[in-house]
Formats: sequence, structure tokens, C-alpha cells
Amino acid sequence: MGTGLKRKDLLGTRDLSPEEIGLILDTAISMKEIASRDIKKVPTLRGKTIINLFYEPSTRTRTSFEIAGKWMSADVINISTSSSSVVKGETLKDTGLTLQAMHPDVVVIRHSAAGAPQILAGLLKASVINAGDGAHEHPTQALLDLFTIREKRGTLAGLKVAIVGDILHSRVARSNIFAMQKMGMQVRVCGPPTMLPRYMDRLGVEVFSRIEPAIADVDIIMMLRIQLERQGGGLFPTLREYSKLFGLNLDRLKAAKQDVLIMHPGPINRGVEISPEVADGPYSLILNQVENGVAIRMAVLYLLAGGQAAAN
Amino acid sequence: MRILIEGGRVIDPANKVDAVLDVWIEDGRIAALGPQPPARQAPPPDRVLDARGKVVCPGFVDLHVHLREPGREDKETIATGTRAAARGGFTSVCCMPNTNPVNDNQSVTEFILDRARREGAVNVFPVGAITKGQQGEELAEIGELVRAGCVAISDDGKPVMNAEIMRRALEYAGMFGIPVIQHAEDLHMTGKGVMHEGLVSTELGLQGIPAASEAVIVARDILLAELTGSHFHVAHVSTAEAIRLIREAKAKGLHVTCEVTPHHFATTDEAVRSFNTNAKMSPPLRSSRHVEALKVGLKDGTIDAIATDHAPHTVQEKEQEFDYAPNGIIGLETAFGLTMTVLVEGEVLTLNQAIARLTSEPARIFNLPKGTLSVGADADVTILDPTREWVVDVRKSASKSRNSPFHGWKLRGEVLATIVEGKVVWELEG
Repeated sequence: MGTGLKRKDLLGTRDLSPEEIGLILDTAISMKEIASRDIKKVPTLRGKTIINLFYEPSTRTRTSFEIAGKWMSADVINISTSSSSVVKGETLKDTGLTLQAMHPDVVVIRHSAAGAPQILAGLLKASVINAGDGAHEHPTQALLDLFTIREKRGTLAGLKVAIVGDILHSRVARSNIFAMQKMGMQVRVCGPPTMLPRYMDRLGVEVFSRIEPAIADVDIIMMLRIQLERQGGGLFPTLREYSKLFGLNLDRLKAAKQDVLIMHPGPINRGVEISPEVADGPYSLILNQVENGVAIRMAVLYLLAGGQAAAN
Repeated sequence: MRILIEGGRVIDPANKVDAVLDVWIEDGRIAALGPQPPARQAPPPDRVLDARGKVVCPGFVDLHVHLREPGREDKETIATGTRAAARGGFTSVCCMPNTNPVNDNQSVTEFILDRARREGAVNVFPVGAITKGQQGEELAEIGELVRAGCVAISDDGKPVMNAEIMRRALEYAGMFGIPVIQHAEDLHMTGKGVMHEGLVSTELGLQGIPAASEAVIVARDILLAELTGSHFHVAHVSTAEAIRLIREAKAKGLHVTCEVTPHHFATTDEAVRSFNTNAKMSPPLRSSRHVEALKVGLKDGTIDAIATDHAPHTVQEKEQEFDYAPNGIIGLETAFGLTMTVLVEGEVLTLNQAIARLTSEPARIFNLPKGTLSVGADADVTILDPTREWVVDVRKSASKSRNSPFHGWKLRGEVLATIVEGKVVWELEG
């Protein structure tokens, strides 16, 4: 069991308390310092085994979990299911039991089906971390987003965020909405009505289907990737139209506050939901998010599997 | 064989009977109902069942079960499914044609009836397919199916999406006076949906199926029923909107009927929060607004029958990620308990009305010679204790499958014995 988090698994932000979120963010501060060292190694998780079980492709999340584990001296194994027995039809249950028989301490899972991490968490003694399950949750993303905002602004409570894009299919949006509301932030969502889930207002979120009013006087604009595959499927007609109506470019930014912060979980579609000038601009925190992802994942691994060892 | 069921409260809605009466069964038929034994000299009964303090009613009639045979005998067989039916107080079941091979021709119908005769514990009435292979394109040989013994037609599991085919099916079925049962959903709207589209699906990020998916097909087919004058029956109705449409259709005198499952009136989409695949079915569990509308529909008679949609699935199939698990749960053995606990104790229906929805009404709307205790009728009788509390233990189920979300539920209302054609096919120990 973790030293600070009195839970075995991290499956979502929905059931994290504000205190737990605060603990993870605070722990990440000292973890981040390790990245600036010449020798990026601490013995915190020496002798621990972490398995990254990714059923979906990933650059950011997987690499940062791997780096996080390795900087803390853990043994990190990466399984990408396209080259595993999953292609032979092995079930999630059997995959989980098989891994369990090899005694990992942590299993990090990304899966296209919501609820898959829950299945593993029930089966395994190991701590299970959800690295993204369908459109349900991606807790470490939300945590690194909060960390990035707090680092820049010094605080979270009272800040206003607009999340723009395909909210319906976004686990990043959900995890952020739950986490941000717990920390006293005001959340708005924006997108075409076809991509806004119903009853969002019942979650205490303001709903917009036009971007200009959505981004006016917010502190943070979080753009979501529009999935190219969803084009023409009845949700929106073309990327061209989506970009015209909901894309964030310098012109549109005039409607927002002067010092608004721009975020994006990545990968970005340059020129579609976000213009290169905005993505690469001075108020973009996109690369800070990536950097902080390592620190947050180090913090989560430590708090779940760290035992009594403290970070140097 | 002569059986006497002694001293029970006989509730027979078809004959408007609700009185303490003895029931005499002889040669598989109801010989007499009365406070005194028949006048003529007769040998003593071979078996006396003490029903004092209990309720005696016609055996339940389930318009919608999946017996899985032929093709998926790993999930259920006619033998095991009918044993589960008997345990639940059902003496007649209508089995759906989405078997493998599909029951779209007389040989499969005859196979099912033959199996049922040899191994079935209760009466089995097959439902034939509307279209060949249930592909929704060409009508099956409905005449042959009826001649072989089918009492209705349905492509259940799937809707008939093509309005022209549905129109022709209704017209053609009109020749035989059989109901055309529609599993009402628009497959395009359902898409890859796995649960009800509502607040819960928004929070869980699971793809939702809007209530409109059911309602648009019900609306369309009511118009086709009006056009053709044939009997249109909505399977497992689940939405407020469909109930509203059916109520209006009935008020206009159209021949439209419908059924509801116990799981749809007993539980909501909140059950999906734990990603329990025993909360995954089609149509999905709806939000409480719809459940309330179903209860209103039961109370005012818009909903004719309670039917279980008993849908067995193997453990390994249900033990998958929520998105991949097949739809459906077993339901024969919990139907009466849920009906008593949720509807009767919940003051939605009286005991008599509840029994009617399980007996006389389903039999009436499908023209089945069942669901009554008239003298001369088949002796299909169920003995109940409507007040007895029991805890659902799915491991004791007579079904081959275990996919029920009601395991551990405390229910009131238990089936004590089930008699089919004068034979006791099931009785509770003790």
C-alpha cells in the first residue's frame, strides 16, 4: 500500500478527494526537481516492478510512465498488446491473471473500453493505474493539467477554464471536469451540440456551442484533439468546417483575456483545432504539460507503491 | 392422476375469481373448483397439496424467453430453460427464434417442439422469425411457421429496420391473426451504444442509446399497424415516449399491445456505474423518469403483460469489458419476486392485477389457450406465497447461466409449486 494515498489503485479523479489531489500535486513538486539533475536517478522504487499494459497507442503517457518508473529505479516492462497474446484472443481477465502470477507491484493500463481498469483492479493485488479507459477517465492527465495550472498561477480555486472540442468522447475532459470542480475551479465546455454530452449542466458545467463566448474571460483554454476518424460520421461534416467554427487561432484569441493560458493534452492537430502560432506561442503550456506528466506520474507511482522509501 | 389443491386463495383474473376454493385436477385438466368435493362418488386424490394461507393461480405465461437451443446449448437448453421457468412459476413460455440456425423454417420449429415434448418441463410456444435468417430483407415462410406451431413472429434480438418489410410482414401475418413482435430500436441511432443515454452515460463516458431510438420505431410501426389493421406487439418496452405512443394508439382502437420486463421496472441505469455487465441489456436500463412511466403504464393498463426476456449468457462472455459483453440477463426465477416487491408492495398494482399481467393478459393477447383456471382448462397451476421473504441466490438457479444482477436481493413473494398439465413439475423444499 502507498505511503500517502490510502488506496490500492488510481482509477479516476471522480473518487479522489481534494486532499488526495493536493497530496499528489505537492509530491510532484519534489519529483519534478529530479528532472533537472545531471543524474536522474533516485532509489525510491528500487526492486519494484511496473508493467505498462497499453491496448491503445500512446507517446506521451507511456513514455512518461516509463521514464517515471526508471528514474525511480523500478523495473519497468512495456507490453503493447499488438505484439502480445491479445492478438490470439486472450481475454483481459486472463492477461491480468497471467501478469499477476509474475508478481508486479504496479500495472498501468490503457484500454479502449471504459471500465477495463476496474476489472484489473479487482483481479490483481498490484496497484492498478488507469492511463486512459475509453471515453471514461484519464486521471494522471487531469492531475498533470492541474499541476501545470497551479505552477503558473499559484492557485487553483476560483480559476475559470474552457474545455473546447469533442467532449462526448473525451476522457481528458471528464477527468478534468471532476478534478477541477473538486479544487474549486469553474468549468465550461464548448463544442458542436453533436459532441456535447447531454445533461452536462447537471454536472455544474456551463455549456457553450460557440467558441467566442466560451473563451471570453476565462483564465485557461484547454483545446482537445478532434479525431480525424470521426469526420463525416454524423458528428461534424468536415475538418474544414470544424476548424472554422471551433479552431483556436490568434484572431479568435482576441476574444479571450490578455494573459490567458493555452493547454492541450496532445497530440495536437496543427491547423485544425489549434493553429501553429497559438500552439507554439508564449502562453502555450503544452510542453509544460508534457514535462509535468513525468513528475505527476512519479508522484502517483511513489504514493501507491513507494513503501517506506522517501525521495532523495 | 388426481390432485387436490386444498384451501388456497384462488386468484383467476380471467374468470374474475378471488376466493378461498379447493382446486380439483384430473387427467391433466381442471376438474372442479369448489368449497366442497364433487358430488359424484370419486376415489380420493392421489396427491393433496395444502395451500392454506397461500395463493393459487393459473401458471404464468412468459411471452419472451430465449431458450438458446438449437445452437447455444452452452448457455441454455430447452430442458434447463424450462426448468428455470417452472421454478419461477411459469407454465408456458414463448421462445424467440434467434437460435442457430434461426427459427425461420418449419424444421427448426418442429425441432424445438419435439425437444420440448421430450425434455421440456413446461409448455413451449415457439415464436418464428419475421424474415429469413432475421436479416430483415425477405419474409420467412410465415405460413409454414404457423402451421408448424409458431404463435407469433419476431426478429427479436434485432429490429426490422426496413419499414416496407415491416409493413408487408404485418399485412401477411394478418392472414393468420398472429402478432408481429418488434424489438424496437433504430440501429443507426443505437450505433455502438451500450447503455441508456442520460446523466449516467455522460459521467461514465460510455456510449449512450437515446430513448428516441426505441420511440421512433414504435411510432413508425404504430402507423403501419394502423395502415394494415394487424396486431403489432412491442417487446420489452422501456421508455416513457414509447408508452405515451402506445397509450394513444390503444385509445384510437388500434391493435397494439406491449410487454415489460421485471428488470426494466425494478432497476435503473444507475446500476451500470460499477460497470457490472449484468446491468447491460437491450433495451438498456433507463433512468428513473422512464421507470416511473413504465409503472404508470402498468397501472393504467397500457402495458398488457410482464415478460422476462430471459437471456442466458455464459460466465466467460459476461466477464468481459463492458463494451464487449453481450446484452441480457436471466429472469425466469426472479420475475414473480420482483413483481411482488416492486409493483405490488410499491402499490403500483394489486396482487390480482399483477397476476393478470403474468397470466390472463399475456395469454389473451397472444391467443394462447392458457392463463386461466376455468373448469376443463389445462391444469397449469402455480402456488405462491406472496408474503414470504427470500434472498436471490443465483448459484441455485436451474438455468445453465448465472447472469443476473439480482443475486443477493431480498425479495418478497415466492413460488412454492408449479403444476403443468396436472403434473407437479417443481416444488420448493420445506
